[in-house]
Amino acid sequence: MTRELKLNGKTVTVDAPDGTPLLWVIRDELKLTGTKFGCGVAACGACTVHVDGQPTRSCQTYVEDLEGAEVTTIEAVGADPIGAAVQQAWTELDVVQCGYCQSGQIMSAVGLLSENPKPTADDIDSYMWGNACRCATYQRIRAGVQRAAEILEG
Amino acid sequence: MTIETTRRGFLASAGAAITVLAIGADPRGALAKTAMTGGNFTPFVTIDQDGTVTAIAKHFEGGQGAATGLAALIAEELNMRLQDIQVAFAPSDPERYNNLFFGAFQGTGGSTAIANSYVQYRTAGAAARQMLLTAAAAEWGVDAGALTLKDGQITGAGHSAGIGTFVEAAAALDVPAEPALKDPADFTVIGQEIRARRDTADKIDGSGKFAMDVHLDNQMVAAIARSPRFGGVVASFDDSAARDVPGFIMAQTLPNKAGVVAFAETTWAAFQARDALVVDWDDSNAETRSSDQIRDELIAAVNDAPQFTATDMDAAAVDTLLQGAAQVVEQTFYLPLLAHSPMEPLTATVEPTADGGVIVHDGAQFPTADTMVMNQVLEIPVEKIQVNTLYAGGFFGRRATPNSDYLVELALAFAVTDRTRPVKLVWSREDDVTGGYYRPAFAHKIRAGLDGDGNIIAWDHRVSGQSIFKGTAFEQMIVHDGVDHGSVEGIADGAYAVPGMHVGLTDAKPATSVNWWRSVGHSHTGYVMEVMMDACADAAGADPVDYRLRYLSGDSADAKRMAATIRLAAEQAGWGSDLPAGRSRGIAAHKSFNSYCAQVCEISTDADGVVQIEKFTAAIDCGVAVTPDVVRAQIEGGIGYGVGHVMRDAITLQDGAVAQSNFPDYEPLRISDIKAIDVHIVPSAEAPTGVGEPGTPPAGPALANAIARSGGPRITMLPMVGAVAFA
Repeated sequence: MTRELKLNGKTVTVDAPDGTPLLWVIRDELKLTGTKFGCGVAACGACTVHVDGQPTRSCQTYVEDLEGAEVTTIEAVGADPIGAAVQQAWTELDVVQCGYCQSGQIMSAVGLLSENPKPTADDIDSYMWGNACRCATYQRIRAGVQRAAEILEG
Repeated sequence: MTIETTRRGFLASAGAAITVLAIGADPRGALAKTAMTGGNFTPFVTIDQDGTVTAIAKHFEGGQGAATGLAALIAEELNMRLQDIQVAFAPSDPERYNNLFFGAFQGTGGSTAIANSYVQYRTAGAAARQMLLTAAAAEWGVDAGALTLKDGQITGAGHSAGIGTFVEAAAALDVPAEPALKDPADFTVIGQEIRARRDTADKIDGSGKFAMDVHLDNQMVAAIARSPRFGGVVASFDDSAARDVPGFIMAQTLPNKAGVVAFAETTWAAFQARDALVVDWDDSNAETRSSDQIRDELIAAVNDAPQFTATDMDAAAVDTLLQGAAQVVEQTFYLPLLAHSPMEPLTATVEPTADGGVIVHDGAQFPTADTMVMNQVLEIPVEKIQVNTLYAGGFFGRRATPNSDYLVELALAFAVTDRTRPVKLVWSREDDVTGGYYRPAFAHKIRAGLDGDGNIIAWDHRVSGQSIFKGTAFEQMIVHDGVDHGSVEGIADGAYAVPGMHVGLTDAKPATSVNWWRSVGHSHTGYVMEVMMDACADAAGADPVDYRLRYLSGDSADAKRMAATIRLAAEQAGWGSDLPAGRSRGIAAHKSFNSYCAQVCEISTDADGVVQIEKFTAAIDCGVAVTPDVVRAQIEGGIGYGVGHVMRDAITLQDGAVAQSNFPDYEPLRISDIKAIDVHIVPSAEAPTGVGEPGTPPAGPALANAIARSGGPRITMLPMVGAVAFA
């Protein structure tokens, strides 16, 4: 069925039956492929987007539950100062390896820094625990979040 | 990164009449300048008239940093900054883009991407430099020796202009057969502390394209129902429930009866339809054993006479030596099946072309195998098959198997359609975890005989596990006198000079499909050897670092390089210095892929014995570290990959079916598992060797040895969670 979604600041019309995960609407219908499919059961975080500013696993978020909600994906996160700082930190530290989880890592990192501008290593470990990286770039993710906090502090 | 990967893409550029200086190799491997107008456009570097320099990567990029490393080799010889080099993936061509260590075969594996390309890509860059300078000298009527090329500018004799100005003239020159490579003393890119991964920018804004991101007009998505038991085949299926899934197209039995493929308009519909299929499996030839039985069989095998002997010394000779030992250290190990589980589940897309050919869109670890599969399964001539290599979301060995499993599935799925629509095959995470091609399970039994001073005088080592390479195209290369080297590598051919060694091997009866997994045989032999080294050091009352150095005192390159690597790791970790209460250190070192890696793991243990990894300190000798920061990243990642599986993971079978299904029960390493990693590179002028895999083997045993030294158990049965708890 046809419905409207607010995505990256625009209203888009999508055709998806109830029960369709937001992940597949974003990827297959809207062709925004920066949001990744990793596990389908909210156990890896690769599909993390923001729903009303909150990091959310899009593989377990259903299209019928998004009426009036603002969805932001990796493609638009750089427009946000926190998102831009995280991207800058990721570049300075060359955090990525395969990169497949990094959209989700960045969306979670932005969520963390929005709530907690100066997270400790333990804060980061606790908040980012659900974002798996099979390349094990965790060391640089931790450093990247702290570097982004520095950048934002100015 | 500029992704312009297909032959089609290159020809489109040619059609636009852009002159490009392209330096590549002719089919005999000699450097050649190649015309833009023909089909043989196969350069390693192209330079456009606007001065844009593009390294053409013959290796795929799955996170290991090959794209950046290849770009660095080009940047060095062209005196450019690494961050100014673009990268594009090469088309499939087994003659021009072959891995020089693999014969006429284009592929990535065995940690060879930089090792095999080091001279080749530098030579291509040096030839381009010489041709540009020659063209500029002729243009200006000056001696080429008076000119320098730097940062895309040619300067000297009162002149200065960008390299793009000379591309047309340079392209008309003969390619120098042996261009002079730069003196390593003059390197400004290779070995320098530069953070400029060529694949960072488009992996942090969602624009980078992975194979999973392919969306072709009119494509169908295919998901396959496979037998829960290895070897099961389709007897019949009922798709009546699948027909109710919106977007479902059809379901067909694969021609080899290995599964039923559901086609749908979207990925979600394909998964739903596939899950709605009711398949009746013929399990008459399927595996029905459980893991406990398989483990007991392997352990029984290492307690029996071995099937093959992998050393000059046989079992009887080492028995005699053992009888003269002052003490014998005996341990039995078991290491379970492991899945690779790269973040991006397996996927590839086949696109029919107007001339009856296909384009395969794939994170292609073995582009030549992609081509061979399409050629053989679809009976399409090789010249009509193109491979479009996209980013791979991790691989760890899984994107190549000896029989190219998922590419065969893709070809078979395409074959049962009318071949008019592109077909994208997608695996779910459940498909990945249950889908086989695992690191085989292995048992080892070692009896090490020590003399009165604790020195090893005899080492009887029995191994049993399923062969990876027998029955594959790699058998001739890797299996000798019945011994699959992939089962025993890292034991007798390690860096230690261990006297009186016998290695016996018994192949296990196949249970699942198996495959190389990051570091292949070293993934189990490294664990066993290094836990044994600590067990022997303990029996000898020796310090584990000193004890290892006893076996590295010779004059061989192996001994010297491994000893220096161990000393660097130990020094950087503060080995021997006091630790706070509740802290312990363990060390492990292993040679693999011609590199030497030593690691010290520091843990804390609370009152209940719960273990937290506080820090890994690693040293790596990989010859010249072309891109040191990528080397460090690979060792950081190799440690995480190695230790995470050893801590928690096993694939187990229950009556032949895999008991795990997804990350909740095949738990990845998490960010909190390792608090810090510190990697040090041993300075070296030797030729570059592997970095993607050598960080993995020492990580598990370094942790095991730290646990044992904390007063915990010496863990010989993996995963460790059976013996200790982790924070």
